[in-house]
Amino acid sequence: MAGTTSEPRHSAGQRRTVDEREVARFAALADTWWDPRGSMRVLHKFNPVRVGYIRDEAARHFGRDPSGLTCLHGLSVVDIGCGGGLLCEPLARLGAEVTGLDPAATNVEVARLHAERGGLAITYRDETVEALAARGERFDIVCAMEVVEHVADVGAFVAACCAVVKPGGLLFMATINRTLKSYALAIVGAEYVLRWLPRGTHSWEKFVTPDELTDAIEDNGLSVLDRTGVVYNPLADSWRPSHDLDVNYMLVAARPEQREA
Amino acid sequence: MAAATGTGRKHGEGLQGGRGLPPARRVVIGGGGLAGLTLALSLAKGSAGGLDVTVFDPALAQPAPGGDASRASAIAAGVRRMFEALGVWSAVADRAEPILDMVITDSRLADPVRPSILNFSGEVTPGEPFAHMVENDDLINALAAACRQAGVTLVAEAVMGFSAGPDRVSVTTASGEEIEAGLLVAADGARSRLRDMADIGWIGRSYGQVGIVATIGHERPHGGRAIEHFLPSGPFAILPLATREGRHRSSIVWTERTADADYLLQLPAEDLHEELERRFGLELGEITLLSPARGFPLSIGIARRFVAERFALVGDAAHLVHPIAGQGINIGLRDVAVLAEKIIDACRLGRDVADEEALLAYERARRFDTVTMGIATDGLNRLFSNDFLPGRLVRDLGFGLVERMPAVKRFFIREAAGLVGAVPRLMRGEAL
Repeated sequence: MAGTTSEPRHSAGQRRTVDEREVARFAALADTWWDPRGSMRVLHKFNPVRVGYIRDEAARHFGRDPSGLTCLHGLSVVDIGCGGGLLCEPLARLGAEVTGLDPAATNVEVARLHAERGGLAITYRDETVEALAARGERFDIVCAMEVVEHVADVGAFVAACCAVVKPGGLLFMATINRTLKSYALAIVGAEYVLRWLPRGTHSWEKFVTPDELTDAIEDNGLSVLDRTGVVYNPLADSWRPSHDLDVNYMLVAARPEQREA
Repeated sequence: MAAATGTGRKHGEGLQGGRGLPPARRVVIGGGGLAGLTLALSLAKGSAGGLDVTVFDPALAQPAPGGDASRASAIAAGVRRMFEALGVWSAVADRAEPILDMVITDSRLADPVRPSILNFSGEVTPGEPFAHMVENDDLINALAAACRQAGVTLVAEAVMGFSAGPDRVSVTTASGEEIEAGLLVAADGARSRLRDMADIGWIGRSYGQVGIVATIGHERPHGGRAIEHFLPSGPFAILPLATREGRHRSSIVWTERTADADYLLQLPAEDLHEELERRFGLELGEITLLSPARGFPLSIGIARRFVAERFALVGDAAHLVHPIAGQGINIGLRDVAVLAEKIIDACRLGRDVADEEALLAYERARRFDTVTMGIATDGLNRLFSNDFLPGRLVRDLGFGLVERMPAVKRFFIREAAGLVGAVPRLMRGEAL
């Protein structure tokens, strides 16, 4: 934790979009990342829908058979805000060469240990996407799932995410819409009634609508291919894709093969 | 055993390195019977080589002998579709006998005429009989060949022990090798040693009955008819087998109280033949015993849990039902269809092969179903294994009602065919 807060400020020219208070809050949760019944229970339940979406969209885009057990073989993936590695590990098992990024050093440690125990080769780094973008690193697939609602500057963050997508590559983002329904379900429901998440995990004002996010992405030269909602089925205690974008949603965008001049 | 160990070592060496696959992509199956081999084949085919699957069973040292001594099973339509989807049905189809209709009679041994109280003419879809009689040895050999072709490693050795942890399960073989895997599946029968090692309890009781099993030759063709005589001592089932070398054959399952069965099984051949004839009847002409008559004590039971950490039970290791409805093998193979589907779906989402959510979903799907089937067959047996008038009235009335209601009959046929409820993809005849 101390490491996180005393981390040196990034050099001038890189705008740092991470909100320090948010980082501290997640670092506190790090030890419980991998307990499917613990405080990350919702994320564990949510995870298969995200992986299924990334797998299917990536398989379609890169011409792979999604029923193959290693259908992402050889594709480079960066997961921005990887937390304990919940998304990195399944993507690595599907054959991708995965880099997990998290500004909280504690999260990166938890993720690294867990991957080693499972014999998975994943690169974890406690740095920001802005740092990656500044070094000119590029990936076939860039994921920023449930991150954009926690950053200080949405426009700068989206620009950095877009910058690290290779020509012909994909960007996946998932977040929460800013609607009355999302206030009722994601704030009142999830944090106060069901207590799925600690109070204060989300602030409604920071939520981003699908159109705002689409505009931000397309301003950076990518085109949005699909937007899909994710809804919770209380009877089955599971999440599934839906046309309803009112609360949780995911989207995928592609950078054209030829970079614009 | 020496030969078995030799075979094991040869395969085992290739195994240690796997095909470069991590433990989370390796499955070890203890037991190479119908359930174990079908699971291995389903996983190998469903993963298109993405899973490393190994089956351990000393009986894999040589092919199953086959012939009249083999036991036979009524393979329900759903399971046949599954074998078709897995590409093994064609290997046994010409030796499989369709059950075209099924007659149930309720009578005392001395009754001169056994009135038929229920008559199923069973097709689930036009041209698709609800069940086929297949000799187990034929199926085992076809499955083993298909497994080898699909890249499954078959090792003629037993699993001696294992220890499961959060990251992997270490399996120790009879030759002392240790294999790291993601999941161990016990398919080693009703008296599963692996189930005991996993410390999973068994709830069960004996029926005090023995099922006598034999292959019978008869003069006239059976016409694809299965007959179940409900005699006071228990059901006597005649199931049609394929004609072999010009001989018309049937398989019998003859239920007797344990003491009576012990007495019958030690009778001289001539006397046993006479007892058999009294029950079999003379409709198919002169009968001959083509195999030794063997007795199997009948019991019912179910494992307290079907899964544990990196461990799952399938087939008889998970449950035993009374053979009265011929469902033992079919519900075991339904376990296999469900477990294979859950595992493959989890792996396709990049999850561990022993994903806890997948294993629990398997247990939820199968344990309730099995208890239902156990209670149903148990109830049938209690209803029929008596000569008490109210019992006979209830069952005659019950079956009489079923006989008169075509919709109910169709339901029973589809139920017997394993096509009721949430049908797993393999049993709908689809690839995983």
